[in-house]
Formats: sequence, structure tokens, C-alpha cells
Amino acid sequence: MSTFLGMPSLPVFGTGNLHAAESFPTAAHRELGNAQLRANLGHATHTIRDKRLQVVSELPDWEQLRDAGSAIKESVMARLPELLEQFEQNFTARGGVIHWARDAGEANDIVAGLIRDTGETEVVKVKSMATQEIGLNEYLEEQGITAFETDLAELIVQLDHDKPSHILVPAIHKNRTEIRDIFLREMPGADPALTDNPAVLAMAARAHLRRKFLTAKVAVSGANFALADSGTLAVVESEGNGRMCLTLPETLITVMGVEKLLPTWQDLEVFMQLLPRSSTGERMNPYTSLWTGVTDGDGPRNVHLVLLDNGRSAALADEMGRSALHCIRCSACMNVCPVYERTGGHAYGSTYPGPIGAILSPLLTGIESEENSSLPYASSLCGACYDACPVKINIPDILVHLRSVDVDSKRGKKKLPSQMDVGMKAASWALSSGKRLGLVEKGLPLGRLAAGPDHKITKLPGIAAGWTQSRDIPAPPQKSFRDWWAKEHHGPETGGTNAPARGTARADAHLNAQDKEDGA
Amino acid sequence: MRIALFATCIVDAMYPRTAQATVSILERLGHEVVFPSGQACCGQMHVNSGYLKEAVPVVANHVHAFDTKDYDVAVAPSGSCVASVKHQHPMVARSCGDTALEARAAAVGARTYELSELLVDVLGVTDAGAQLGSYFPHRVTYHPSCHGMRLLRLGDRQARLLRSVHGIELAELPEADQCCGFGGTFSMKNADVSSAMLEDKTANIRSTGAALCTGGDASCLMHIGGGLSRQGSDVTTLHLAEILASTAEAPASVTGEIRVATGKATR
Repeated sequence: MSTFLGMPSLPVFGTGNLHAAESFPTAAHRELGNAQLRANLGHATHTIRDKRLQVVSELPDWEQLRDAGSAIKESVMARLPELLEQFEQNFTARGGVIHWARDAGEANDIVAGLIRDTGETEVVKVKSMATQEIGLNEYLEEQGITAFETDLAELIVQLDHDKPSHILVPAIHKNRTEIRDIFLREMPGADPALTDNPAVLAMAARAHLRRKFLTAKVAVSGANFALADSGTLAVVESEGNGRMCLTLPETLITVMGVEKLLPTWQDLEVFMQLLPRSSTGERMNPYTSLWTGVTDGDGPRNVHLVLLDNGRSAALADEMGRSALHCIRCSACMNVCPVYERTGGHAYGSTYPGPIGAILSPLLTGIESEENSSLPYASSLCGACYDACPVKINIPDILVHLRSVDVDSKRGKKKLPSQMDVGMKAASWALSSGKRLGLVEKGLPLGRLAAGPDHKITKLPGIAAGWTQSRDIPAPPQKSFRDWWAKEHHGPETGGTNAPARGTARADAHLNAQDKEDGA
Repeated sequence: MRIALFATCIVDAMYPRTAQATVSILERLGHEVVFPSGQACCGQMHVNSGYLKEAVPVVANHVHAFDTKDYDVAVAPSGSCVASVKHQHPMVARSCGDTALEARAAAVGARTYELSELLVDVLGVTDAGAQLGSYFPHRVTYHPSCHGMRLLRLGDRQARLLRSVHGIELAELPEADQCCGFGGTFSMKNADVSSAMLEDKTANIRSTGAALCTGGDASCLMHIGGGLSRQGSDVTTLHLAEILASTAEAPASVTGEIRVATGKATR
């Protein structure tokens, strides 16, 4: 549990695109109605899921790699201030400039100021979750600065004035016909005869982007990793657009969450095996760019880094939840999540969708916000995400922990307890003693009465109505097992001492008798 | 061996025949079954819904009921309840600062087994047909529940036992490792998503042409069975304990129109 909450000297919770505008069940209800979205998502997640499984199975030491990744991240979280100082020293010594931002507003101000100092009004961007999180593009637009996304999927989403719905594949919710229509409508100079052939679409985007790469003086990026021992930043990507942005412009501004640090160059080896396999299902990604400060005659002349907190200190202060900061944004958890597969990313409201978003968003923003407090419940706790996570974040346990934080935060604050509160209290009473449960079970015949002649309960009141929306409940039996055991098997109290042979015949005989009684 | 049965609240109240079948299997193997009468529930519903404070008395009750030297091992016909006993109980005790309860909970958890785990690992059952006389001449498909699969790592223990039942025809379930969408109160709080998951699960089950779907968790089976029933399907659900307990002399009864196994047994 966090012991820091409410202490004024500590960092504030995160702001920006981390809040949902509506609760998850409401948003999910709407998204579930979109059959095209469900078909696109089902196809895409299954494809990438299978690819990941295949390349992961090639590595005999995958589990050890996961353990190593988890251990490195844990050590980073344990000594984050020290590593940040070491990184700052090395980054600065090599000609880079560090800026510290407490929240989204501060980070946006810093980036806009740096761009204004260059006199430019257009920037190219490398795909970055951090800048999505702080809503940088929208903020720059207000300041009269246009930011061009250069990652193909980000470009599609940007042209469509939409929001990304997946960490790795931001346009996962769109099919190729939809993409052609977007290009025709929004891309300046797009060929009116454009087909929905993927290669044709990619060439159209390439021609459009090439013009931007060759004229841009300023680039904005995120970073996948930062190496403390050398002051180096790293970007891992597939299309080469990142390499263009990171090398061609004169000024490079990177926005990075403070949790992205790794202690040494050597540690990168582990993550360069974990990340591509978990995210794109590739053995290695096509482009990995690393840069250390400024070098004469090579690359950008001005190198800036905005180190972003935006709720990360608050998350770090949550002992149970802090390992959510181990996340390397690979998206493996959302690709295996049955909830994400059916609702898509927009239902989660935040920049971070899927299982990791369901824990990360409320950790960064605090759970007090009504909408984000619904996120930890957006999971059946099936555990597929934990199995897939390359750094072993125990997402199900953190979900349960955050649910308890949510329940506790509302205790005593409501005028009337919710149906769930009342039900849980009553169930706690009934289920904390065998005698009481036995007493409740005496009411089973009432359930049979409610079920009627077809032995099905088809409508329940209140919160239980959600169940009978698509499912029946079978009529309860004549009597409970407890009753059967006490009266007909081994006598009343704590079990019996019957000889096994005798018990066998009796149990079997009673199974048959019970069948007849239940009308089965 | 003296085996304590943890019936679980849902089996106790809704599916007594699953617990009776469990007793029958264990006694047939020559073991003595005891039923600690103070038992009620594992408290998983409270923990998973965030009501940790309300879970404490439920967990304490379970630990109290099973914290006795009176038996060798405990067994439950439910992967998720066993996972709760093993993984959640010490955490709940810790959450209220009761270190003594935490230690006792860990000890109870260490000797609690899911049914197939007990049968295969402890009691050495590898051939249910031969060792238990299991006979079930129906076409069956099998759903491995998430908590058994991922929290208990049951692997193929349940499927292996089922395959060894005489007369059974086991049809492979497409996307078997996908959650059925129950998730306790998730099915009510996120009823729409849960229904969408259930829809896909039942479609996969119907595609197998099986007469019924079996598994090791009564709660998942109640969810799946409830969906099939609402869809007007003839396919029903039956806990694997009842299939293992079924013999030629005392066959498990199944409801609805049952498609009898057509080919030879898949042994």
C-alpha cells in the first residue's frame, strides 16, 4: 500500500491522455456493437499471437530471459533516483540537455518552448507512447506547430483524426479499405486511383513522408531504453522512419518516462531479445537506433531529453503496483487478452489499453477518478497476460490489488452502500461459517420454486441481472451436499470413520437416488 | 490415506453430485474421506472483487476448518478454489496483519490439491477405466479452466484422465485455452464483454459435435452451461469428477438428448 498518498511534497498524479471519459462497461458496450472492429481485432490479435508463440518457442532460455528482464527492472525501480543522476551526468557530459517534467502540462510546455526556440513550425515525429500520453500533438497544434507522425500506423490514425487503439499497432482497428479511404480523403496529393493493395498504400505513405523527412529541421521522439552508464538513448522500430527522424534534423527532442532506464549497456542485450519477440513476433526488429549526445558532423546538433514523471513516482510508491512500471510497451498482454480482443483499445480511454493499461492508468492517475476506477475490473483474471508478459508483471494480482484500493477508497464515503457492498457483506457473513452456509442452503427449495417446471432461472433482479442477460441458472438441487453427507453418508459431524468399501457402495447408490430426486 | 474433502460453496449448494462423485472416486480407490463440517467457501469472490476486508473472516474460517492433523491431504473438485487457497489465503491474512493466520493458511494450502492433481500426482491414477472402472460412452469435449491451467499448472492431467475413461470419445475443443468469460463478478460488472466471450466459447463447443462439455471447475461449467441453455442448445455440461465416477453399473445421468459416442474410444 502506498504510504505517500496525500503528502504534499510528493509528485502529483499523472495528467493528459490517461483518463477515460466514460466507464469501461459503458465504452465496452458501444465498441462491442462494432462488428467490423471485432472482426479486425480478432484477426490481427490471433495472427500476432501465433507469431509470438512461434518465435518465443525457438529460445530454450526464454523463461530465464523473462526472469532476467524482471530482475533488471526491479533493480532499476529500487535505485531509480541514483540511476537518473548517473544518466543525467553522462548525457549532459556528451552534449545533451536534460529537462525534468513533473506532469503532462510541464512536458508539453518544455517541448513547445524548445521548438519555438528553433523558429520552426513543423516537426516530424517518431512513434512515441510518452508523447501520446501527454497529448503533445494536440498541444502543439494549439501553439501553431504542426507535428507529423511518420510511423505508418500512427500516420493513418493521425490523418483520420482518430486515436490509437493499440500500443504497437495503433491502427489495428482499421482494415485496408478503410485506410485507402482515409488516404484519399486526407493525404495531400494522394493518387485518386489508389487501390487497397498494402504495397500500394505503403508506397503512397512513403512518398508523402519522404517530403517531410527531407525538409524537417526538428524531430520529436520517444525512447525505448536509456542507458545510465553511458548516457545513451535507444529507439527500436520496424519501418526506418525512426532512423530518418533521429539522424536528419538539426534538433532532436526526446520525451521519455523516467522508468525506461537500464543500468548498463550489457542489460540491453536481455531486452533486445525480449522486446521484438514479444511485440512483433520477430527475432529482431529491423532498426535499432542508439545515440549518445552530440557528435560533430553526424546527426542532430541539438539533443534534448525531457524526463517525464507524470504519475510514475506515485506508481512507484505503491508497493504492490510498482512493477507495472517494468512494462516495456511490447503489447503482448493485449494481444492475448480476451477482453481487449473484443472491445479494442478505445474502450480503455487511456493511451495505455489492454491489461497493462487497466493497471497502469489508474496507478498513474490515482483511482479516485470515477472512470479510471472501473479499469481494474475490466478483466476476467484469466491470467493469459501474466503468462505472455516478457518481464513477468503479475497483472492479475495487481488488478485485484487495485480493486481493493478502489473498494477501500469508497468505504464510508457513500450515502448508501451499493448493491455490491451489501451483497459482499451478506456473503461474507454466510460464507464464514459452515453452520451459516448450511442454514442458507436450507433455502435451496425456494430456488427450485423460482426455476419453475423447466428447471431454469432466466431472470434475476439487480446487479445479478447481468448474468441472466445471456445465461440461465440451473434450478438448485433438492438438498446440499452438506445435508446429504450429514444425513445419508457418514453421519452428522466432521466426517466419519466408515470403511472405504462400505462408503463406495453407499456413495454410488446415493448418486443414483439423487438423480431420480432431481428429475434428471 | 485420509482425505479431507473441500466441497467448495458452489458445488455444495448447486452441484452436490460433483462432490458425491469425488467421494465415490476416492473411496473406490480405498481411501477414507472426511468432510470438515466447518468449511464454507474459499473467499475468492470477495478477494477478486476487491472486498479484502470481507474476505478475512471467510479465509479464517477455511483455515480453521482445515487446520487440523485429522487428515493427510485435502482435495477440491475446483482448480480456481484450490488456487485461491494456495495463492490468495496467505495474502489475505497478510493484508490484515495476522502473521499466525498467514502461516497456518500457507500450511493448509501446501496440502490442498485439485482433484486431477491428487489423482495423478499423489494417488497414482493413470488409467481411470482400469483403476476406477470409469465408463462413459459419450462424445465429450473438454474446457481447461484458466486457473487450473495457469495458476495451478495442471497441464494435461485432466485430459489424460478423461482419455482413459472407457467408451468416451473426446473431441478437441478449438481455442480451448481461451477464458469462458465467467470471472466471478466480472460476469455481472462487465456483462457485455463476458457474454461476448461466452458466445465464442459456446460456438466452439457446438462446433465439436459433442454431447456435453466437461471441465474441472463447476463455476466455469455453470457459466458455459447457462449460455448453452439460453441458446436452446442440447449440449450440456458435466464436471469431470462425475465422468470419472460413472461406471457401467452406475452410469452418470446426463440430461437432454445425448449423442452417444460413435467411434471407438480415444484411448
